[in-house]
Amino acid sequence: MATASTSAPEFASAPLLRVNAVTRLYGERTGCRDVSFDLHQGEVLAIAGESGSGKTTLLNCIAGRSRPTAGTVEYNLRHEGLRDIYRLSEARLRLLARTDWGFVHQNPRDGLRIDVSAGANVGERLMAIGDRHYGRIRDTTEDWMHRVELDTSRIDDAPATFSGGMQQRLQIARNLVTHPRLMFMDEPTASLDVSVQARLLDLLRGLASELGLAAIVVTHDLAVARLLAHRLLIMKSGQVVESGLTDQVLDDPQHPYTQLLVSSVLQA
Amino acid sequence: MNSPDHAAQVVGVHADDSAPAGAAGTTSVQRKGMAVTAQGYNFAYLDEQTKRMIRRAILKAVAIPGYQVPFGSREMPLPYGWGTGGIQVTAAIIGPDDILKVIDQGSDDTTNAVNIRRFFAATTGVATTERTTDASIIQTRHRIPETPLAEGQVLVYQVPIPEPLRWLEPSETETRRMHALEEYGLMHVKLYEDIAHYGHIATTYDYPVRVNGRYLMRPSPIPKFDNPKMDMNPALQLFGAGREKRIYAVPPYTQVESLDFEDHPFEIQTWDECCEFCGSKDSFLDEIVTDDAGGRMFVCSDSDYCGQRRAGQAHGGDAAAAQQSQQSPNVPGVPGVSDTPAAQPAETASS
Repeated sequence: MATASTSAPEFASAPLLRVNAVTRLYGERTGCRDVSFDLHQGEVLAIAGESGSGKTTLLNCIAGRSRPTAGTVEYNLRHEGLRDIYRLSEARLRLLARTDWGFVHQNPRDGLRIDVSAGANVGERLMAIGDRHYGRIRDTTEDWMHRVELDTSRIDDAPATFSGGMQQRLQIARNLVTHPRLMFMDEPTASLDVSVQARLLDLLRGLASELGLAAIVVTHDLAVARLLAHRLLIMKSGQVVESGLTDQVLDDPQHPYTQLLVSSVLQA
Repeated sequence: MNSPDHAAQVVGVHADDSAPAGAAGTTSVQRKGMAVTAQGYNFAYLDEQTKRMIRRAILKAVAIPGYQVPFGSREMPLPYGWGTGGIQVTAAIIGPDDILKVIDQGSDDTTNAVNIRRFFAATTGVATTERTTDASIIQTRHRIPETPLAEGQVLVYQVPIPEPLRWLEPSETETRRMHALEEYGLMHVKLYEDIAHYGHIATTYDYPVRVNGRYLMRPSPIPKFDNPKMDMNPALQLFGAGREKRIYAVPPYTQVESLDFEDHPFEIQTWDECCEFCGSKDSFLDEIVTDDAGGRMFVCSDSDYCGQRRAGQAHGGDAAAAQQSQQSPNVPGVPGVSDTPAAQPAETASS
């Protein structure tokens, strides 16, 4: 997958997201410290690192779910340009989070309404932004289920009856239905077996390039980063120790920790 | 002020009403003003501070239609689920000049209604009635009277669960935030599920409404048949949830809109039958099983409405009365038979 980085889009315009010196402390402990980066439209950024290195904390700060102790997260709003998301009203931030953003949880049950049907899960965002036409919601839902390779005849089944991989795809469809520009993914493939992982990654990669999605993918699996991401941040103890183009970082790691991480990947 | 409707009370549960009053040392229920019949209790049971507290909550609720105002719900001398919220609201607003009607599922003579009416008769001495038009306060469980309400009347609902989003979102913090931010898409998810599974919106009672274009509200478990009556109603509608400690309100002439989809519009229940007793085709009907051989009949759920219609048919319209008597031999236990053209003049005669 050495071609991934060559397809990285170059945008001269303002970035979609600008993370500036974000620090999140939990009392004495550090969640993440002094993280800065820009993310452009259509760009996929992976955040890798060991367990407890602050990946998810950082993701939550960026996704508006946890206010950083210091630093700013600016998002390029459609009509206003870069704005600090934590200065938006709560109503606007939540609207942003369910229209222009998506969030894919590691455990699909965290991101799905497990007691309503698959169709309602996908249609929820449409209804939340005011779509009141059942037939149209239904058509859109079927379309999205088809696009994430789910059997549309299972539209009225509860997600609890779906396999893990299907649940994860359903969660992705549910997020994409409002055509977000930015997706946050927290270990999207970690709970899946290897064959399913590969298919899901394939799907994600296809959707991201097709829809021009920007994404921030948290993963501890460097293969996921290699396959999906244009750029890669390596985190350790809450700090970014190395960043750059994915292939560059993985093929020529500079920081001792990155070298350790790369060398410890099992070669099948 | 109370004398004109005295006749109406006599036919009702007068005997029930006088029982506790007698026990409390007064011989019969005084329908005139101030005579408090139960000894040792404040007027309307609750102490004045509590009533003020509830009134403040009611004022706030009226000021923000559909918004659930928390209040310090008190222990009442009956269990939760029996209408403790409605009783506290009624106790806070009732005055000596009020005339109280209490219904349970539309009926004046079921246990819940009889006991709550008796409770207020004993603790306030106010006049009680079964006639919707005579009442100034109507406490209700699960119905809105068929007779249209008028300005100056107050309808008090007993509410078991005030939060419309509760079964969809278990967290109170989250539902409050959703109300604050007007995030009501989730309610449509429920209606979507109904259509997906049953082909139509299968929610038949406690059907969610939007009040004044703003707050999503649970109308308490009234049938959705009654939802249109809430819209632009000239009466003040107050809702009390005792266990959940919430009061909310729909002020007079407030828009109340039932949620739906464009291609699955809101509809109320309809029946092929009409009421076996009064022949009404446009009231909410209860189905009553009459034997173990499939016999059943449909009667008005609103006992006062049905009774008034029958009284009107007995006295008034000669043609209607004649047709009514023709129809009556058909009635017992045969479903559908009463669904004849004969019922229709009877209906128009009294309404």
